[in-house]
Amino acid sequence: MTKFVDLHLCAPLRDIEQIKKMVTKSFELGYRLVGIPLPSNVELDEIERLRKICSEAGLDFVSRVDITPKNTQELLANLRRLRRKFEVVSVLCMSKPIARQAAKDRRVDVLSFPVAKPRNRFFDSAEAELASESSASLEIDMAPLLSLEGFLRIRLISSLRREVAIAKSFHVPVVISSGAANDYLLRGPHDYSALAMLFDMDSSLAFNALSEVPLCIVERNRLKLSSDFVAPGLRVVRRRDP
Amino acid sequence: MTRRVKQRYLALKIESAESFEEEDIKDAVWSAVIQLFGEYGASQAGLFFVQYDKQRKEAVLRCSHKALPMVQASIASVTKMKDKPAAIHVLRVSGSLRALRKKVSKQFL
Repeated sequence: MTKFVDLHLCAPLRDIEQIKKMVTKSFELGYRLVGIPLPSNVELDEIERLRKICSEAGLDFVSRVDITPKNTQELLANLRRLRRKFEVVSVLCMSKPIARQAAKDRRVDVLSFPVAKPRNRFFDSAEAELASESSASLEIDMAPLLSLEGFLRIRLISSLRREVAIAKSFHVPVVISSGAANDYLLRGPHDYSALAMLFDMDSSLAFNALSEVPLCIVERNRLKLSSDFVAPGLRVVRRRDP
Repeated sequence: MTRRVKQRYLALKIESAESFEEEDIKDAVWSAVIQLFGEYGASQAGLFFVQYDKQRKEAVLRCSHKALPMVQASIASVTKMKDKPAAIHVLRVSGSLRALRKKVSKQFL
């Protein structure tokens, strides 16, 4: 059975009831693994509390951090500081140098671009080439597609169509996430697959973007963060009894 | 001879704190289809509301088999009804009404 993943559930961290509501709704809609973005200075207790809420609802929790650096130096400093603390690292690319640096850095899992400014969506062929070499994925949040109307939505769909075509031709993995801040913006995997048709993503690619691609990112990072990991392709399988 | 048009039946669940009339649901779905695919697209959808249960907030809708992805995308894009936050989820899709009822009752009873 396909395991659906929502890597970007933007639940308000201060409101426990809302988190519980959104997490329960995600489970009802068919997701089995959710990523909730956390502040970079989050305490371990907070992560454990969220993990417990998710496991009570039947979901696997993924800790995620969204970095919005002002320049490349800040990006590198943040990656150095946060990479080993979170399971998924996403970079919101606000400028071209940041986008290029994030695309070539192997510590970045997910690249996302601002929705409000289509000119700041720097996912072009050069970016895609760098991303495909470093195995970074392009993230598409679906909440703006639902909440925007008229000209803004038309522009967003057009940008997404162009980006998906570029990603396909450079074999850059695409991740579809909800990006929902409330439960009315949450939709099931089949609904997202139907919506992905708007930007020329066929259903098999859309289901891949909702299951295999994000699952692969999480599993890869969990392996790297485990104490048994030594280097890529090398891990401890057994320890000598003390 | 004209070929029979294949149909698909969709079981919908309306999610909102408010309670809506059948006309509100119809308006929301039609507006969503027209907004996303235009009047030409809507004319190909063959939308027909089979039934609506106000208590359970569930509806059954029929559409053309070819227009199913278009109708599903439109339904997913509904975020408001009568200016109140709402969402419509597609519970199941089937080729006949009888099979749809069987599937939905199996899933939720």
